[in-house]
Amino acid sequence: MIRVVLPCHLRTLARADDEVRIEVGRPATQRAVLDALEARYPVLRGTIRDHATLRRRPFIRFFACSEDLSHESPDARLPEAVLTGVEPFLIVGAMAGG
Amino acid sequence: MSGIRVLVGTRKGAFILTSDGNRERWEISAPQFTGWEIYHLKGSPVDPNRLYASQTSGWFGQVIQRSDDGGKTWAPVGNEFKYDGVPGTHQWYDGTQHPWEFKRVWHLEPSLTDPDTVFAGAEDAALFRTTDGGRTWRELPALRAAKGHLWQPGAGGMGLHTILLDAARPDRIFVAISAAGVFRTDDGGATWRPANRGLKSPFELPDPDAEVGHCVHRIAAHPSRPDVLFMQKHWDVMRSDDAGDSWHEVSGNLPSDFGFPIDVHAHEPDTIYVVPIKSDSEHIPPEGKLRVYRSRTGGNEWEALTKGLPQKDCYVNVLRDAMAVDSLEPCGVYFGTTGGQVYASADSGDSWIPIVRDLPAVLSVEVQTLP
Repeated sequence: MIRVVLPCHLRTLARADDEVRIEVGRPATQRAVLDALEARYPVLRGTIRDHATLRRRPFIRFFACSEDLSHESPDARLPEAVLTGVEPFLIVGAMAGG
Repeated sequence: MSGIRVLVGTRKGAFILTSDGNRERWEISAPQFTGWEIYHLKGSPVDPNRLYASQTSGWFGQVIQRSDDGGKTWAPVGNEFKYDGVPGTHQWYDGTQHPWEFKRVWHLEPSLTDPDTVFAGAEDAALFRTTDGGRTWRELPALRAAKGHLWQPGAGGMGLHTILLDAARPDRIFVAISAAGVFRTDDGGATWRPANRGLKSPFELPDPDAEVGHCVHRIAAHPSRPDVLFMQKHWDVMRSDDAGDSWHEVSGNLPSDFGFPIDVHAHEPDTIYVVPIKSDSEHIPPEGKLRVYRSRTGGNEWEALTKGLPQKDCYVNVLRDAMAVDSLEPCGVYFGTTGGQVYASADSGDSWIPIVRDLPAVLSVEVQTLP
């Protein structure tokens, strides 16, 4: 079970709780987490990743275990603490716009 | 008694203002989609409780919301706007060609006959349509074949901001794009042609009479006379009497012919409204006076409408999609400002009241006249 924390606007849009728990098969990668998240909340498609390219939107960041994973490969394995549910996978709206 | 519903899109959410037909006391809804830019909301002419809203964010992209109960509740529908085929390129600021990239929906225009059919004007400029209530959207790609490689973004982006439908001729559509101009189809979008003859842009284009590239800010027409079009261009207020085949200037005695919105009185096809703005480099009202100008002669002769509007120290702007009319008698006229006020006139513009004063910057105003 992976814990995912959404930014406020996406929680509202998805009518989701502060923290979402999703089952992800192995290997548990950023891509697998986002695929599972969008499968459960189809309204989030296009809001975190571009519809066509599936690239992270420019002002979205992915944090976990005090690390910025935004520039990691979407197919890289997530940290062990995320896989075991000790730490959440944070989807963050970047500081931008003043 | 009839009622009025005013749909206001702002930089930080949507608001719905309602009144009875007297248009004196207004109720203001709680904000909807708080924190998101709401470029435009509009209701279906055949089902006034069916509303569509374009909800956008620099962080989270495009969402389209739909209401089936007049805005009491909303649900997101489809948000995938994919250009047809290979998107191609358009003119970029540095003279190179730049790929088309979807950014947001500027304007939603529900069909005149079917509540499930809606046209969407996008940035980068393209026209999309849904026929299933917003679930899926498909581009009408022939528009971009009308010299799209020569279109270029204005300072506010390359947006398709105006969509005019014709009840008598369902296959005719006009669209307007900044900065490309006006385009017309007579076959339901299968083919399009530029409709910009007579427009002159000596300060913006190397060829002032170019077939495309003009920065058209808004076009409007009266439903009873769809071949007569009015335009607020970047500079110049223009008129066409032949469905866009040719245009002539009707700026007349306006204090400035720069501005954004233009609209037509609901019952008088030759009565039109504009809001002059000082210049393209200073987006404020001339002399700090917020004045709507009305022409009862289809242009050229204009009168300032000032009663109830601030006549000193006013430096707000009125954006292109932020003016609308109701169809009561007398006709009501409404506009919103970047300072967050929405002004309404229940007497065709003779006098105005602010029906709300302190919203976020207003991006769009639409009005529904309810039975």
